[in-house]
Amino acid sequence: MRAFSYEKVADPAAAAARAAEVEGAKFLAGGTNLLDLMKLEIETPVHLIDVNGLGLDEVTETEDGGLRIGTLVTNTALSADERVRRDYPVLTRAIAAGASGQLRNKATTGGNLLQRTRCPYFYDTAMPCNKREPGSGCGALTEGAFSRQLGVIGTSDNCIATHPSDMAVAMRVLDATVETVTPNGMTRRIPLEEFHLLPGDTPQEENALMPGELITHVTLPAPVGGTQKYHKARDRASYAFALVSVALIRQPDGSGRVALGGVAPKPWRSDEADAELPNGARAVMAHLLEGARPTEENAFKITLAERALAAMLAEE
Amino acid sequence: MTPPIEFEIRRRTLLAGSAAIAMSAGLRPASAQDGAAASTPAGDSTTTVTLTVNGEPRELTVDNRVTLLDALREHLELTGTKKGCDHGQCGACTCTVNGERINSCLSLAVMHDGDEVETIEGIGTPEQMDPMQAAFVENDGFQCGYCTPGQISSARKVIEEIRAGIPSHVTGDLNAEIAITDAEIRERMSGNICRCGAYANILAAITQVAEDQA
Ligand SMILES: Cc1cc2nc3c(=O)[nH]c(=O)nc-3n(C[C@H](O)[C@H](O)[C@H](O)COP(=O)(O)OP(=O)(O)OC[C@H]3O[C@@H](n4cnc5c(N)ncnc54)[C@H](O)[C@@H]3O)c2cc1C
Ligand code: SF4
Ligand code: FES
Ligand code: FES
Repeated sequence: MRAFSYEKVADPAAAAARAAEVEGAKFLAGGTNLLDLMKLEIETPVHLIDVNGLGLDEVTETEDGGLRIGTLVTNTALSADERVRRDYPVLTRAIAAGASGQLRNKATTGGNLLQRTRCPYFYDTAMPCNKREPGSGCGALTEGAFSRQLGVIGTSDNCIATHPSDMAVAMRVLDATVETVTPNGMTRRIPLEEFHLLPGDTPQEENALMPGELITHVTLPAPVGGTQKYHKARDRASYAFALVSVALIRQPDGSGRVALGGVAPKPWRSDEADAELPNGARAVMAHLLEGARPTEENAFKITLAERALAAMLAEE
Repeated sequence: MTPPIEFEIRRRTLLAGSAAIAMSAGLRPASAQDGAAASTPAGDSTTTVTLTVNGEPRELTVDNRVTLLDALREHLELTGTKKGCDHGQCGACTCTVNGERINSCLSLAVMHDGDEVETIEGIGTPEQMDPMQAAFVENDGFQCGYCTPGQISSARKVIEEIRAGIPSHVTGDLNAEIAITDAEIRERMSGNICRCGAYANILAAITQVAEDQA
């Protein structure tokens, strides 16, 4: 790990201002992703701004009947919140399907959205990776590479990594919005749909935050009801990242929403696919995965996504 | 009839790939990692913190890079907490901070100023074992014992977490009381790996403690 200086700040706006001012600074929340990557020198911040203790650790109710989740609310606390369990069960299910009990006790809401890919070549510093070292090539697209875990849609010739979060998939199906404070003290609201970026030619640019911008909250609109489910298909029964995950909200009339995890650089959802829900899993996936470009090793994800949704629909 | 899902298989980019490997081995372009961006700390690289460890206040001045795990083992000489993977994957380093179990390898000591840390040394002693320690002994919940401090630290909290109504991946009704079942215990213990495979006996030990407390 490279040496770094460390500071705690007084409030969110001061944190953002400091982060913009100090070159090479990063925010530290739970640390479960950042420290992992710093040990491998994939992340090399020279200054850490610890945002714990900024008071952003509560879930409150909004005027329009939704919830406002402070960025420092831990994954455990959010999954166990009575209102989330009752009104947004897909979110509890998605969080509980991720990581381990110990990790969820430290992992925070904002940190979870900003966790970086689990692409094995991003982690292997002896391999090229356009995300880690722009312009070096994509290790996952070299001859003989293992791409089983990687993305099938929304990817580019420069990067086929997925976003690994489970929580984000549920938040996407719930139409969450990210709230931030910028270095000049302004607040911004970014729909989760627009928060994560597709790789294109710049896979190192992963989200819509400007330098120094701090996530303060994530808001959920008023509950939409329906039957809510999260299905995570993975190589082990527990404590493994998704190969494919499906977040589903289904209304009694058969309409609803579907978002996928494990297939793309961001939680994957579309209005056209949602509209096909009454017509079954195949119809949904024909739209949602239209234009997919899997590798030979991960083409199974397309069948898996369809079957996972079909199984979820058949359960009722 | 709904349309089939059409897709095109992506071809591997042999040429671009091997060129890239050659480049990364030799003529690597300058990048943030090579020091193009700021590379020296913006301030002090050490910090003084006070932790309460097993009930005793301990003041430490540490390099900011020192993890809570290394602070416990190397600075406070509490070697009960083990280092397995150092990357949050095995659970050997599990201890509790302010009453919650965490992976001490993925936390910095400097983040814990003012926090209460409990390690296996604070849970019990060979003369006065905690019920969970005694149950591990009675049920042969280990072979080599390397994962055991983490298993015990985790196990004690698993029972509390179930009783506090924190749902898990296998919980059925999210709005009902959670029963302490084998499935709940296994799922909640999945962050603690045992290379000796003592899982069945670990489960028996935890079940025994949960039943004794009920
Ligand atoms: C072994 C293992 C297994 C895992 N399995 C899963 C899994 O199955 N599913 C899953 O979803 N996740 C999984 N995770 C990932 C885990 O969920 C993330 O590490 C965690 O959510 C990150 O949150 P954090 O608070 O610790 O983030 P940190 O590590 O503190 O931060 C992550 C990034 O976010 C930035 N950041 C943090 N807070 C803010 C903020 N408020 N504003 C702006 N930037 C911010 C940091 O600068 C950093 O770049 C796993 C992790 C491990 C180690
Ligand atoms: S898929 Fe993306 S993250 Fe993985 S090696 Fe290629 S560029 Fe890097
Ligand atoms: S040493 Fe911390 S989880 Fe393995
Ligand atoms: S007893 Fe040997 S690793 Fe668990």
